[in-house]
Amino acid sequence: MGKIMKNRTKYTFALPALLLMVIIVAFPIAYNVFMSLHVWFVASGSGPRWVGFKNYITILFDKRFWNSIRVTILFTTGALGGEILIGVLLALFFNRNFKGKSIIKTIFLFPIAATPVAVSLIWAMMYNYDLGIINVLLKAVGLPPLLWLADPKLVIPALVITDVWQWTPLILLIVLANLESLPSDPFESAKVDGASTFQTILFITLPMVKPAIIVAAMIRSIDAIKTFDLIYVMTQGGPNIASENLNLYIFNQGFSYFRMGMASALAIVLFSIVMAVNVFLAIIRNKNTT
Amino acid sequence: MRKSFIKTFLFYTCIIIIAIIPLIVFLWMFLTGLKTQMDNLAIPPKIIFSPTLENFKSVFAQNNFLKYLFNSFVVATFAVAISLLFGLPAAYSIARFKMQKIGLSLLIARMVPFISYLIPWFIIFRRLRLVDTYIALITTHLIITLPFIIWIMVNFFENVPISLEEAARIDGCTYLQVFIRILIPVVRNGIFTSSVLGFIFSWNQFLFSLILSGNRTMTVPVAVFKFISYEEINWGGLAAAATTITLPPLILTLFIQKHMIKGLTSGAVKG
Repeated sequence: MGKIMKNRTKYTFALPALLLMVIIVAFPIAYNVFMSLHVWFVASGSGPRWVGFKNYITILFDKRFWNSIRVTILFTTGALGGEILIGVLLALFFNRNFKGKSIIKTIFLFPIAATPVAVSLIWAMMYNYDLGIINVLLKAVGLPPLLWLADPKLVIPALVITDVWQWTPLILLIVLANLESLPSDPFESAKVDGASTFQTILFITLPMVKPAIIVAAMIRSIDAIKTFDLIYVMTQGGPNIASENLNLYIFNQGFSYFRMGMASALAIVLFSIVMAVNVFLAIIRNKNTT
Repeated sequence: MRKSFIKTFLFYTCIIIIAIIPLIVFLWMFLTGLKTQMDNLAIPPKIIFSPTLENFKSVFAQNNFLKYLFNSFVVATFAVAISLLFGLPAAYSIARFKMQKIGLSLLIARMVPFISYLIPWFIIFRRLRLVDTYIALITTHLIITLPFIIWIMVNFFENVPISLEEAARIDGCTYLQVFIRILIPVVRNGIFTSSVLGFIFSWNQFLFSLILSGNRTMTVPVAVFKFISYEEINWGGLAAAATTITLPPLILTLFIQKHMIKGLTSGAVKG
């Protein structure tokens, strides 16, 4: 009797949310897979036409797809690399007691919470060739001003800098929280053994926070690979397609050219990439914890 | 003695320089909003200028901005409220009865590109003539807030000792009574944190609103984006609008600062 009650409660509590999730999340995903096997120009007025895996084959030979993959890889590795490197270094630096530490932590929450559209807009102004503060500073120290968002070679680094500005604080705060929760014994015994600060960090601290760093990398990678707002607001994928990552390309296929089948197939590819990266990171993490 | 003083001085100098970097962008945004068009176009840029609130006034006067702020507020509030209504019982039951597979599927749902949800919903809402309605926006924003709130709350419910429930059960309370009278008050911190974060996510959401909103239901990120295309040169106005829309999330952050990072990471830690 008790067990039946327990089972009933288990499902009656979870059922409404599960049903809602099936409608708003699972159903669109299934529809997305289904659409990816069709050709459908929404604008044409006729319905979707079954084409099997043809969309996926088209993608393989699509130069613009491979360009978007290149942009996605460059942007993600640049952003993630910069954020982890700077975030971990700053976390190590902040990992001590000092006055105003809680204020510092609060300040670093601001970029994380700020509206991406607003942040992107302001950075686009700061990168402006004539009036932007960044070129003004470059000129002030005697360097030539740069085209930033209009230069195909500089546009990805410029976007990466903005992303690093906004998201390094997340890595920093995750790693710092982990550092603060570490037991003090290993550090004391290292001190007794005469280890230098550098040795302690390299051989004791870093291995201990490695799982936290990987978790931070997982969270960031999910969003960085799928970056949309930042690029769409700052460059719309331009100049030409120099900063069009996969997510923007999907958006253009779907909502500029209304090729819904093609956009759906590309979305499946993007999901597979996010999934693969996270499975890979999870494997590294699990190896580390056992 | 002197050496340690210099060391402390250098340390705090470093700290201040590092702390300025996140702030300076917001400061520049705010100052640009306070400058007249003349001052904004001056080369070299003016550091000393007489601040004016004209830009902020004209943003609110000209562009239906109050309406867009209201739209964002309505969509975010409903998305969070519905997520709590459905998500809290589900989170409790996932935590208590250890339904880990559901937990994992929520994590996978997070990895799906938003555009995978957007294409089907756009087609459906277009056919139902629901584009540019609150229903379309709230439904799609739920895709973000519902799994997120469930994830955070599972963690909070897991930390509630089971003995607390059992005592109440022996006193003759039903599961529902235990849930409402005992568990909800215990996890109120979690409810507050997850609600605020959910609100911020919905407030900041751009892609769904870009496609599914129109003149009637436009949310603020879309309004600011549309503002760019025809006000490209009006820096003061743009910066004032950007300042206005990013202020609510920044203020909300202050209320949840202790739990914010834990909230943002709780989903991925176990998956």
